[in-house]
Amino acid sequence: MGKAVLVGVVTSGNLEVMVERADLNGTCQVEVSTSAQGFGSIWQAVLDDFAARHDLADLRISINDGGATPAVVSLRLDQAMEEFLGMVS
Amino acid sequence: MSDLSGVHRSHSYYEASARGRLTHLLDAGSFRELLGPTERLTSPHLELLGQPCAFDDGIVIGRGRLDGRPVLVASQEGGFMGGAVGEVHGAKLTGLLELAVHEHPAAILLLLESGGVRLHEANAGLIAISEIIRALLAARAAGIPVIGLIGGIYGCFGGMGIVARCCDRLIINEEGRLGLSGPDVIETTMGVEEFDASDRALVWRTVGGKHRFLLGEVQQLVADDLAAFRTAVVEALGQPLQGLTLESLEREHQGLADRLANYGDCLDATEIWAALGLENPLQVPLLDIPTFLQVASQAGREGA
Repeated sequence: MGKAVLVGVVTSGNLEVMVERADLNGTCQVEVSTSAQGFGSIWQAVLDDFAARHDLADLRISINDGGATPAVVSLRLDQAMEEFLGMVS
Repeated sequence: MSDLSGVHRSHSYYEASARGRLTHLLDAGSFRELLGPTERLTSPHLELLGQPCAFDDGIVIGRGRLDGRPVLVASQEGGFMGGAVGEVHGAKLTGLLELAVHEHPAAILLLLESGGVRLHEANAGLIAISEIIRALLAARAAGIPVIGLIGGIYGCFGGMGIVARCCDRLIINEEGRLGLSGPDVIETTMGVEEFDASDRALVWRTVGGKHRFLLGEVQQLVADDLAAFRTAVVEALGQPLQGLTLESLEREHQGLADRLANYGDCLDATEIWAALGLENPLQVPLLDIPTFLQVASQAGREGA
């Protein structure tokens, strides 16, 4: 198993975020699994902000959502990166 | 600035996640997860229902060390569907118990937090419970101690309540709850006159840690602190195994028959505590753990 972290729990109003190192030619891949329909543009905005805050090259980020609000999603994403970087260094 | 150096920083078992509990329970850095989240062994059933999945299907299993001794551990995540047992979740737990028979660890530790079967998965979840019980008893028959820990927000009910009582020993905190039908299930099926699930005091004195300890269903009652759970597990590892024999089963059955004979007419746990000889039974829920254990021991109820 390569380097990976998992933070958060898929519970009501919360989500889990997994960050894995992957060979993606310098890009970042994000996969969001959610049963809440019609919030694509909000997810995109939250993820754009997230990408502006961190260097996400060659990372695969996978999300299982339990109906989290955008603020909770942002905090979890930052927590995941903090733990991922703490583990690598 | 205040000086906080003398302050004991405790980590609540009740509030911790399944992963957080393992971090503080086991020897630092010793945990190695099996079938971790990157394997993406998610529930095939939830996906079909359009329900969110979890990468570990709500259970963390693996190898670790406790006080230097090798242990196999499983930790259920109550936050994900109330810790309910689905097909994959159950298979991971069964596999861990079967692995123990080959590896012979010093113990298997089950950090139980579950409402029981994940009913979305119907028969697959129900069958999983029977497979878990079969594998657990096989591990015990092979001489491996199986120690259950209970103390999370969601308690331990339904099929996992049965699994818990199949363990050699149980360790619980006051906040922990153990039972077969949970309070809401009883209220739904029998009516609010029978059991008011919104009455928290009633719930805790009926299925809570103190009552389970007094009835002899759990062997150790500890404070809600992961360090206290750790100490209790180390202590439990030093205890002789009860053994899974026909005689021990018959003793257990006799104990249940005695319990029904002695307390079958009691309408509330406080009546049982009075019958057990506890002074001031109405005060029992208010006692802190050390005082409670002292009172219990005076009434002849000692942990083992």
